[in-house]
Amino acid sequence: MHLVDNVLLNIVLMTLVKFAGFVLAFVMGTATVLTWAERKYSALLQNRIGPNRANIGSIRAGGLLHMLADPIKMLTKEDFVPNTPNPILFRLAPLMAFVPALVVFAVIPFGPGETFQISNTSLGILFIFAISSLNVYGAVIGAWASNNKWSLIGGLRISAQMISYEVAIGLSLCGIFMIYGSLDLQDIATRQGELLWGFIPAWGIVYQPVAFVLYLTCAIAENKRAPFDVGEAEAELTAGWWTEYSAMGFAVFALSEFIEIVLIGCVGTTLFLGGWTIPGLHGDAWWIVVLEIGGFLFKSLFLVWLQMTLRWTLPRFRYDQIMRLGWRIMLPIALLNLVVTGIVLTFIERA
Amino acid sequence: MAKVVNRLHPDFATQSYVIEVFKGVALTTRQFARNLFARKDIVTVQYPDDRRPYTPRFRGKHRLMLRDDKSVRCVACMLCATACPANCITILAREVDDPTIEKAPSAFDIDLLKCIYCGFCEEACPCDAIRLDSGVHTIPSYTRRDQKAGVINLMSLGSVSIASQGGEHRAHSHEGTAHGRSSGH
Repeated sequence: MHLVDNVLLNIVLMTLVKFAGFVLAFVMGTATVLTWAERKYSALLQNRIGPNRANIGSIRAGGLLHMLADPIKMLTKEDFVPNTPNPILFRLAPLMAFVPALVVFAVIPFGPGETFQISNTSLGILFIFAISSLNVYGAVIGAWASNNKWSLIGGLRISAQMISYEVAIGLSLCGIFMIYGSLDLQDIATRQGELLWGFIPAWGIVYQPVAFVLYLTCAIAENKRAPFDVGEAEAELTAGWWTEYSAMGFAVFALSEFIEIVLIGCVGTTLFLGGWTIPGLHGDAWWIVVLEIGGFLFKSLFLVWLQMTLRWTLPRFRYDQIMRLGWRIMLPIALLNLVVTGIVLTFIERA
Repeated sequence: MAKVVNRLHPDFATQSYVIEVFKGVALTTRQFARNLFARKDIVTVQYPDDRRPYTPRFRGKHRLMLRDDKSVRCVACMLCATACPANCITILAREVDDPTIEKAPSAFDIDLLKCIYCGFCEEACPCDAIRLDSGVHTIPSYTRRDQKAGVINLMSLGSVSIASQGGEHRAHSHEGTAHGRSSGH
């Protein structure tokens, strides 16, 4: 009895430590910095200065204090609820978007071995699909509960768009499972540490470059960010599905979007950029482990940067263009990629 | 003549958008790096700290000009109020003891919320009494009442004008000019 308690306590404590270290420190930290970084970054590449006014005394720190000022502002603003028949759904919607985005990090391996993964399930990637597809409910229910035409149109666009790209993103990743023969993310990451012909890292992007482009495109569409932000479309729909949200409701929506950016980066790294592995570096020494974790965070942040740059480079697609891209281009390419991967794998096995 | 619109016919590589996306990313990243290390491309004016200079012809808040003795030049002739398309000028006239001065305003109110800053009052004024050249811009206030500029307020922006006033009367007082003019006839 005593032993069981100790084991259980250990597991709970370890999980809490991992949660604090990875999700709270890295994921939430990055998402918070992104709220400032996105504005500053977009400003600099559009020949503007960006936020720089928040200050404590004479300390401005290049606008970094906006990360502090924003929550204070959001917490003290009026938390407006529109005249809606569904005030409870209206309140619930931000959480329904926020929680799935955060839960998914449980299965991401951010370092070698079970120590550096909050929950090691053999389902891995399927869990990510299952949970992150719940995201659409938050946005659509929020749009519906707002009792506002703009929100409703935005919500309709989002639901169609997210469901369409769900298909393509799932098929684009199937090639990876076929090659590594596993759904377990830790397995996939470890396999990518090997070398192909002795010098090329056996990363997913080397085997499946097309799938990587498909994945990134579909993931950005899933996250409803530009160039796929027709649901928000401030030129047409005021602010689309989150028109009626103010104060913390809006902040939670916005934060869950930023968390999803980090999520796309982490999943992309794990599946395509070799996860935590560093080519040619193996061993259990503590400095190797630290390097590997650092490498994972660096690769994830690289994908985060890529998403930001794409968002501020490309103009918004029209709604029909998005649907056409999803069903008539992304889906066939994903299927074709799958067929070619299957044929090639069969030949390799025969040889 | 009908305008010919040249339609673009991008080749397949351009239309597939993959390479174009990377070109775009390269462009924005280059611009980001330039602006990160050198500020010469940045067009932002940090408004309350730095202001763009106004042109000399900028029409800002009105001001009432003064005579040499610091009394108001306005003679309450109502020409500005008549010319005003927004009907924002209200003048009440009073008599003055000086026989050379027609009248003077006992009240000269401009409703700054109604004013469209067209400058017609300035053009109508025969006395160079009202001008819009104070350069004062963006006048915020917490109440509507604060947007009514009265005679004292308008005079506080004013300065002594050297323009001659009162037509013939003024000309007579300067003997030299009067003689010069009559000799010209």
